[in-house]
Amino acid sequence: MAGTSATMTTATADAAPGAPQAGIVEVRGITKFYGTDVHALDSINLAFPEGEMTTLLGPSGCGKTTLLKIIAGLLEPTGGEVQVKGRPVTGPGPERAFVFQDFALLPWASVLRNVAFGLELRGDPRSAREDKARHYIDEVGLSGFEGKFPHELSGGMRQRVGLARALAVDADVLLMDEPFSAVDEQTRRKFQEDLLRLLDVENKTVIFVTHSIEEAVYLSDRIVLLSPRPGRIHDIIRPDISRDLSPEDIRREKGYLDTVEEIWANLKKYLE
Amino acid sequence: MSVFGYRIPPVFSLLIWIALWEIVGQNEWAYILPPFTSVMEQLVVLVQRPDFQRAALQTLESFVIGMTAAVVGGIIIGFLMGLSRIANQILGMWVNVFASAPLSSLVPVLMLLFGIGQTTVIVTVILFAIWIIALDTYAGVRHIPDSLPEMGRSFGAGRWQLYSKIVFWAALPEILAGIRMGLIRAVKGIVIGQLLIAVVALGRLFRTFSDNFQFEEFWALTLVLFVFALGFSSLVGWAEQRVEYYAGTRI
Repeated sequence: MAGTSATMTTATADAAPGAPQAGIVEVRGITKFYGTDVHALDSINLAFPEGEMTTLLGPSGCGKTTLLKIIAGLLEPTGGEVQVKGRPVTGPGPERAFVFQDFALLPWASVLRNVAFGLELRGDPRSAREDKARHYIDEVGLSGFEGKFPHELSGGMRQRVGLARALAVDADVLLMDEPFSAVDEQTRRKFQEDLLRLLDVENKTVIFVTHSIEEAVYLSDRIVLLSPRPGRIHDIIRPDISRDLSPEDIRREKGYLDTVEEIWANLKKYLE
Repeated sequence: MSVFGYRIPPVFSLLIWIALWEIVGQNEWAYILPPFTSVMEQLVVLVQRPDFQRAALQTLESFVIGMTAAVVGGIIIGFLMGLSRIANQILGMWVNVFASAPLSSLVPVLMLLFGIGQTTVIVTVILFAIWIIALDTYAGVRHIPDSLPEMGRSFGAGRWQLYSKIVFWAALPEILAGIRMGLIRAVKGIVIGQLLIAVVALGRLFRTFSDNFQFEEFWALTLVLFVFALGFSSLVGWAEQRVEYYAGTRI
């Protein structure tokens, strides 16, 4: 790990170019130990600008999910602080919504109730929350499935339910933990395209965890590369891709392919 | 079941055993086993006897009170064990000991504590049923995937909402399995309790019938208990089936 400190400095410089750029989410000096000897994250500093889609990308063991759960307030950091809209995070809050890798749907509840569940916990009256849920069920393309149960849906449809639930609570920040990793490749591509279209309409700040380089480059305004054991910021990349192109053209574009190659070259050394 | 390639309905095996019983009874091969038909005749007489009706009602009452307490108590103990490491360390050992201990030997002690009467029977029912319900509830709570409570917390669920809207329902298949097992044990508990005390409700009838060699009545009473136990157990089984669809697919 001789080169780590060198890349660290460039990364930090990259993270804050010139004047400190205030983000809707600010991560300051976050360190996380599991027990006494597992060092998951080492003084992470990051700002997430409002309205941007940032991906946390890295090999397994780089602490990307840990960082996301700390931002969500589901895990406590060992050191450092997270601020959302200028207020320090002490737990989950209504300005953040989480999309889970394993969907985390209630198996005993219909699609409608699952999507409305965040609002139900909040105490919204039934008709109001169901109207809202219906709207987002429609948004994610599941109209007609309101009365179905999770076990009657495919993996991709289940995650659409998870996404609709997160959108329904109207949070500013969407935290997505490898949301497409349990979904097959074709479904994943379709889902990625739908997600981008949806985010065009819904003005959200998204923090997205993935281990797929292609997914990160295709989706992100900004990619944070993390290196493993302990998790550190290795590099920050802004893919130079024109978002006006069609999905097929983006995946053929030179900027897209070059960025994928660049990240692969970066991450290769962390693999055995 | 199938014989020589023919599918045979499950009721058929029951009929074979009843026929066998009838043959043994008619030939007077075993004096404790009168023919099935005369047992059935006696059953019709028995259910009309006021002393039986009183005894049955009292038994049912003890059973329902004891079982309700065991379900509530068992779920609470199981929840505590599943949710708190300390509670699990304090309670876990005892629950496991009691779940497998021969509890019949405790009934005489209970008689000293609670007197000879219904209270002792109710406590016996609770003691027989509660531990398995606690253990199954514990198993159910432990099996919930981490992401479900995390999901609840991330959407702002308070502690109470987390338990009542997520944990309870997620553990329900195991809780119901525990209740069904507890129910079967409770039937054992009530029979053993009443028999050992010997002066209460159906226990007294059992004792009277066997002391006086009234085997028709004895078997009729046994059949009543069997049907009663089977009925309760299938009721819970039916509830279990309604949640079965997510017991295996909780992801």
